[in-house]
Amino acid sequence: MSLFDKFQPIVEIRAELQKLGIMPFGAVTEKFLSATEAIVNGHKVILAGTNNYLGLTFDPECIAAAKKAVEEQGTGTTGSRMANGTFAEHVKLEQELAAYFDRKHSIVFSTGYAATMGMGSTLAGAGDVIVLDADSHASIYDGVRLGGAEVIRFRHNNAADLEKRLRRLGDRVDNTLIIVEGIYSMLGDQAPLADIAEVKRKYGGLLLVDEAHSLGMLGEHGRGAAEAAGVEDDVDFIVGTFSKSLSAIGGYCVSNHAELEAICFAIRSYIFTASPSPSVIASTRVALRLMQERPELRVRLWENAHRLYDGLKQLGFAVSPQVSPVIAVTIGERDQAISWWNELMQRGAYVNLVMPPASPTSDSLLRCSVSAAHSNEQIDRIIAAFAALQTPAADCDPIR
Amino acid sequence: MPDYNEFLTRIFEILKPFAKQGIILNEDSELVTELGLTSLQVMELIEQIEDYFDMSIPLNILPDIRTVHDLAMQLEKLST
Repeated sequence: MSLFDKFQPIVEIRAELQKLGIMPFGAVTEKFLSATEAIVNGHKVILAGTNNYLGLTFDPECIAAAKKAVEEQGTGTTGSRMANGTFAEHVKLEQELAAYFDRKHSIVFSTGYAATMGMGSTLAGAGDVIVLDADSHASIYDGVRLGGAEVIRFRHNNAADLEKRLRRLGDRVDNTLIIVEGIYSMLGDQAPLADIAEVKRKYGGLLLVDEAHSLGMLGEHGRGAAEAAGVEDDVDFIVGTFSKSLSAIGGYCVSNHAELEAICFAIRSYIFTASPSPSVIASTRVALRLMQERPELRVRLWENAHRLYDGLKQLGFAVSPQVSPVIAVTIGERDQAISWWNELMQRGAYVNLVMPPASPTSDSLLRCSVSAAHSNEQIDRIIAAFAALQTPAADCDPIR
Repeated sequence: MPDYNEFLTRIFEILKPFAKQGIILNEDSELVTELGLTSLQVMELIEQIEDYFDMSIPLNILPDIRTVHDLAMQLEKLST
């Protein structure tokens, strides 16, 4: 027995993939050609799995702001928000986020992971209860495990099952935090937030919604699933990330609870890490503004989502349960998924390969995410690459 | 409230399909290493028990469960 024994299954899968010459995890992006095309592992590909929903990674205004921030404030903050790492721009971004979400309070974190993990681990502790959706992101599971609260799962997107759990808690519901996501990252399905909010109103507890994949995507102003469902007043905490629609890295939490101002000094993932770099904050501030000024990006994103979803569905692939900018094709056999991921790469479409336990079921996924920056022609090339999977591999010609 | 034996009976019923040829289910049967349950199947087992007994089983107890006996013990503790 050694410390390394438990990693043997990972070692074996990695060796198997290496033998096949396929490296889906940690594929190297060697050169960017645009926000939607790059050279990855030697292949010129359309980026079809990058969560760059609004396509702002190469926006000239975002880049100019980031450059200016580097020149004026340096490359890093070299310290925690609680020590030397709070710059005027961090505070401005917090104010802008609060104004955008129409909330009184806001905290900026260094990553989305730190935001969800930090809120989950801090809001509910020993003696409290967390009731979370079974398909919650790893950052949520990691957080609630750290916090020491009693953790209860409810069936994915099943408000009736949530209701049962809250009913069983009796008076303990007063010390309960309910955690759900706006759009789930693997299948792109939306939470039934109107039903969830109704259950919360009936039984009580606090509600936290992770809008990581729904910011900029849902709602009249792009504020996410809570806005789209018309239940923002029922949501106590909204957390999210800057690494998707806002095309940078970082996280946030907004709330009307005044306690958030004090709670942040108890959140270890806020205190014990360096704050986001000035360039990150600068580009995020611009992206947040552009997201509001350019609602056409959201319209374009959904047009692309429908185009890809419909195209893959017509080909007969087992696509996600509902249309969304995250479109996952379910593949029963793991080896088939690996082989198809590799073939897609060779045919010029770079998607995400997701295998259990990262996928929500025992199936594997070829997960696509579309961007507002994709052209119709690029979406059609992605569909064509999938269509070619249904022909014998010998006929495979890279689509360039 | 159900006792240890009631939980045990129910667990055996749910686990029957997992008992491969040559394996006899008993209190010492190990859920993962012996019966080969995946993490998803463990969660399905938990959900079935939750529905049947109208109870919620916190994830916190899972690290202490290796065998059928461990599970029945933990469930009895939860129900008292």
